[in-house]
Amino acid sequence: MSFQTIQQQAKTEWELFDRPDRFRILVGSATCGRAAGSQEVIEKFREELANRHLLAETDIYEVGCLGLCYAEVLVEIQGKDGRRILYQSVEPRRVADLIDAQLVQGGIYEPLAMACTQSETDTSIPAFSDLEIMQSQVRIVLRNCGIIDPTNVEHYIARGGYSGLARALQMSADQVIEEIQQSGLRGRGGAGFPTGMKWSFARRTESDRKYVICNADEGDPGAFMDRSVLEGDPHAVLEGLLVAGYAIGADTGYVYCRAEYPLAIERLQQAIVQMHEKGLLGANILGSNFSFSIKIKKGAGAFVCGEETSLMQSIEGKRGMPRSKPPFPAVSGLFEKPTNINNVETLAAVSAIMEKGAAWYAGYGTEKSRGTKTFALAGKITRTGLIEVPMGISLRTIIEDIGGGVLDGKTFKAVQTGGPSGGCIPAQYIDLPVDYEHLAEVGSIMGSGGMIVIDEASCMVDMARYFLTFTENESCGKCVPCRMGTQHLLNILTDITQGKGKPEHLDTLRKIGATMKNGSLCGLGQTAANPVLTTLTHYEDEYLEHIDNLKCPAGACRSLIHFSIDAAQCTGCGACSRACPVDAISGTRKEPHAIDQQTCICCGSCRDACKFEAVLVS
Amino acid sequence: MPGQSTDSSLISLLAEYGKERENLIPLLQEVQERFQFLSPEAVRAVADHLDLSENDVYGVATFYAQFRFVPPGLHHIKVCEGTACHVRGSDHILEAVERSIGIKPGQTSEDGSYSLERVACFGSCALAPVVVVDDKVHGRMTGNKTQKLIEEEE
Repeated sequence: MSFQTIQQQAKTEWELFDRPDRFRILVGSATCGRAAGSQEVIEKFREELANRHLLAETDIYEVGCLGLCYAEVLVEIQGKDGRRILYQSVEPRRVADLIDAQLVQGGIYEPLAMACTQSETDTSIPAFSDLEIMQSQVRIVLRNCGIIDPTNVEHYIARGGYSGLARALQMSADQVIEEIQQSGLRGRGGAGFPTGMKWSFARRTESDRKYVICNADEGDPGAFMDRSVLEGDPHAVLEGLLVAGYAIGADTGYVYCRAEYPLAIERLQQAIVQMHEKGLLGANILGSNFSFSIKIKKGAGAFVCGEETSLMQSIEGKRGMPRSKPPFPAVSGLFEKPTNINNVETLAAVSAIMEKGAAWYAGYGTEKSRGTKTFALAGKITRTGLIEVPMGISLRTIIEDIGGGVLDGKTFKAVQTGGPSGGCIPAQYIDLPVDYEHLAEVGSIMGSGGMIVIDEASCMVDMARYFLTFTENESCGKCVPCRMGTQHLLNILTDITQGKGKPEHLDTLRKIGATMKNGSLCGLGQTAANPVLTTLTHYEDEYLEHIDNLKCPAGACRSLIHFSIDAAQCTGCGACSRACPVDAISGTRKEPHAIDQQTCICCGSCRDACKFEAVLVS
Repeated sequence: MPGQSTDSSLISLLAEYGKERENLIPLLQEVQERFQFLSPEAVRAVADHLDLSENDVYGVATFYAQFRFVPPGLHHIKVCEGTACHVRGSDHILEAVERSIGIKPGQTSEDGSYSLERVACFGSCALAPVVVVDDKVHGRMTGNKTQKLIEEEE
């Protein structure tokens, strides 16, 4: 089948997705939508539509993530008038009202209406692209997420999918590599190595067999970009993998995906079956000489397997431990054959670049950091979500405009990027442009895209301790600097948070950190000290408060704080004593209550439960 | 659980896989999915099938956090300890669960009703803090809400 025929079929199918004679309901059902209750919402739609005899003329689709995670469950309803409205925070009990307002009466259910999503703007409600969270975004990697049915390859093709592959197959492999080089794309897994150059290394190595791998082992706690792309638009990634395979001369690709992402794995499996049906996988793809197959490998819960040499060990059925480089994977990788490995987001950008051209992509971003980057915006932020912005945008735009500022009007303290390998960027750098170079200048890294906003209630020593708990646990133990270094850093940080810190500890932390950076075998150990080193640079005062004055200024380290009740504010409502898990709070109704310090475990439940701000931390 | 060495479904499961070492992890994953954990008999059978030593198989299985060597409880509770969950108070949730069912992460309660696991990140950070009970994700949790959730399961 020629690609034109495939496209024509897809176009027909896409028209069926937007039929004027039917109602259409799209429900955001990626993992986060499901966690917020999308399945129950769909169930309720079916029930209520059936009650009104409308079910037979309605199509319900589960789509991927639009990125507005704070507003889940998201539902887009299209009536027969063609009007499309996006509703937020939909719960099953609101479903009947939604149906009646829009599908029966032809209006809008205003309490939950968020935006209109059809191209012609509806004047009564803001357009989707005019929402504050969307205004500064440029969605290239996320181009289809939440818009298409991810289980339907025709939708992907109808929106330009696989035309990049078709174009690549008309070019020579060297021309494809040149195109990617021209686009300025750099590895989105975190290190930022130029993708085209990486491909050229693997291309140049002579071998009877070569491999390409998609690294979908998104292990950074606080990052979920890759999951969203795989769940919402799996073909965008797989098309990129095919292009990479063609460029370096590989006939087999692997997708190494975390086992913790069952929905992503399911979507990949469905996608691969559909690709075979369309002749986009197997022998002589689209009538060319290029043949390719893809295997999915499930990770088994080891953070270090995000490191390329560990990942390849894991595919081979071994303990996922890194090895020293060289030889680099481009020379000797999986099964000792030349191997190219790219991250999910990189490959999803590749398919877009091949479709629209290098110049188009390079038009976004800064001189050294071209294109866009996705970020998982979470932590103490008003609008949590998955965003995609041009490189070089300021942290302020991301946090204030897109994210809507710090949660509950608290004070912004820092933003953590790069997960356990990155660092905390303090509030004074809020106007910093977000690109590879500027983040490195302040001691952090781009990383894969986790961006956690931290407010005044978080202690920076505790944050460092948290990340070291993670890396100490995930260190594979092969090399001494990482194995011992993470243990010692964690022990010292734990001592400091428990009021057992000594003044000389700060120097020891710095020395161990430097040794780990220089001496560890792989990226995990080389960067594991970053959370400690960056907080030491920017928040040394906070460390000293713990050590010299046995105080935690943020009121987070439990050994250094105690809770009490302000008798003047307490109304005696009893909410705190009901919330207390250890019955440490007593008092007569309508009289001020008191906390028994011997029993209190400083969990903070009473503070969360109190509506009168009567619980004090000191 | 009956002895897995005599289990015919284990034998037929092994037969679906070739003898390449590459199949070790997928095989262990499928055995665990089917039997809930890796029993000594199952490890021996996998080792025999792939022509590896049991030591070698245990070496790989213990490296990865996913594999369990004891049966999980009737209800399996996972508490997310990702960064977003941490800054929104996941340690209080873990403590609340530990208190209410009396076990630590990695353990199964004596009556076999519950097991508890800490997970590095589910990738549902926007709904932090997150608790997963029997593969259902619960977002925006607190210690008290989690305790109630567990009481409802009983």
